[in-house]
Amino acid sequence: MPYLILASATKSTLPAWVRELGLTLRILSRNPSAVLGGMIIMTMAFLALAAPFIAPYDPIMLSLPDRLQSPGSAHFFGTDELGRDIFSRILYGARISLTIGLLVVGVAGITGSLIGAVAGYFGGVIDNVIMRCMDVILSFPALVLALSLAAAMGPSLVNAILATAVVMIPKFARLVRGEALAIREMPFVAASRVAGAGHLRIIFRHILPNCLNAAIVLATLTLGDAILIAASLSFIGLGAQPPTPEWGAMIASGRKFLMDQWWYATFPGLFILVTVIGFNIFGDAVRDVLDPRIRR
Amino acid sequence: MTAPLLTLDKVCKRFLVRKNFFGSGRRWLTAVDQVSLVVHQGETLGLVGESGCGKSTVGNLIVRLLAPDSGEIIFDGRNISTLSGQALRAARAKMQIVFQDPYSSLDPRMSVGAIVALPLRVAGLYQGTLLRERVISALAEVGLGEDSLERYPHEFSGGQRQRIALARALAVQPAFVVLDEPTSALDVSVQAQILQLMAELQARHGLAYLFISHNLNVVRHVSQRTAVMYLGAVVETGSTEDLFTSPAHPYTQALLASVPVADPRQRQNLARLKGDVPSPLDLPPGCGFHPRCPLAFDLCTKEAPQWVRIAPGHEVACHLHQ
Repeated sequence: MPYLILASATKSTLPAWVRELGLTLRILSRNPSAVLGGMIIMTMAFLALAAPFIAPYDPIMLSLPDRLQSPGSAHFFGTDELGRDIFSRILYGARISLTIGLLVVGVAGITGSLIGAVAGYFGGVIDNVIMRCMDVILSFPALVLALSLAAAMGPSLVNAILATAVVMIPKFARLVRGEALAIREMPFVAASRVAGAGHLRIIFRHILPNCLNAAIVLATLTLGDAILIAASLSFIGLGAQPPTPEWGAMIASGRKFLMDQWWYATFPGLFILVTVIGFNIFGDAVRDVLDPRIRR
Repeated sequence: MTAPLLTLDKVCKRFLVRKNFFGSGRRWLTAVDQVSLVVHQGETLGLVGESGCGKSTVGNLIVRLLAPDSGEIIFDGRNISTLSGQALRAARAKMQIVFQDPYSSLDPRMSVGAIVALPLRVAGLYQGTLLRERVISALAEVGLGEDSLERYPHEFSGGQRQRIALARALAVQPAFVVLDEPTSALDVSVQAQILQLMAELQARHGLAYLFISHNLNVVRHVSQRTAVMYLGAVVETGSTEDLFTSPAHPYTQALLASVPVADPRQRQNLARLKGDVPSPLDLPPGCGFHPRCPLAFDLCTKEAPQWVRIAPGHEVACHLHQ
């Protein structure tokens, strides 16, 4: 009996999702790769948020006398050909890259989930038409398609984000469609149908909320890819335009100086590498924890 | 007797079973074959039969989760077998269903309050505080307090979850509820409580139930009339009293003989069945029961039996009684 009393005494009055979040975080904190990935992500997020306070120089202001300085106490990561501090530019670049990642995953996740839920819920011809369209997108290499879309829409950061998002949509659509196929057969959906609920209500009240876990896992895994593709577009010149301190764009302009001023392109590249790895490690760990099919 | 609340007239439902990708070799599975049933206001009709005989399909046809291929379903004076969309919604506003598994019949992502409120929201009858009060009173009727509103299904036991499913069904004040094996997934002690609760609710609101079950003891306990199904067809209907004391169809007799009796001296030797149920993909000609019937004779393999009234309200489809 003492157990029962304990259980009822500790029963919190917090909403269920807060308790679930707490439980998920506790499980994640026991997973070493989740901790490592999480620390990388949090460091990047902190650098991005605190950029104005940490950065020793203005990321855009030119200072020609200081051009192409090697790394040292005055400039940790050296300066570029216009005398701007690369460390400061990287800090501000973190803001851009993280924002791009979140926007891409947000747009692709919401659109893809809606498309997938509609396909899976209705099935039949609608499902076939939608999923074959998704297959067309998937049949292109992600970067090639994003590149052609961005080129067609014209070079700008917004277009690069949209192009990357379009490439990511089928991933979410396929995942959510699979879940929706299973959920639509559940008795609670039948109960709502008997109560007279329409398709829209069933999709938004039953199908989508029950796909949320899986979609969040995929979103975490996709963030790294999204940042990488967006940086690649900027590298080619289809994304962020100068003087925006975007990592991919910085590598592009540092490329010309790679032989003599190695630091110019190397440091932005390292930050892309570490950020993408951080998101991928964390995403894998989140999948292990949240996906009940492979939960241990 | 007044006009029945629900009438099923020769309802049939077949499912297409595709054998391969190209659709060749397609076959039809006959799930429900010419089923006719009547449910009166305020009564409980028990529907019994073994697994796979089509009992649940009948339930799903009545609440129109499935559309019948032929036959008529008349509810409250309206033929609902061919309705769809808004007309269907209006016609079935007074019917509800409770499923067997109280774990999958409640959305794990919705709070209990939201689950019970959903049918009321759909019907657009209540809003705001009125809606909340209606939900609270529906939960109170099944013995759950106001504190359960904000909680989620996983915090409740199987019996409590079935109470929530009942509250959801009763919130819209239906006249008729399909109970699809509502207690089969529950512990015996909890079963009794839920059965008791359903009886109370029936008495208080004048509800009619279609009680689908494979548990003969439970059906005998709760229903006034009983229908026996075999291989998609109803073979015998009658008052529960008549049917259990003087079963007329050989299948009903065998079914009753299979009910465990606590007293070994009381063990009776009624007809015992050999073999398996024939495949619904390939129905036997004549009476569906003849391959297993200990009393089958020549005619049974050729002609489907007609309905015969052997006592007031007690009908059987069997050549032995022609």
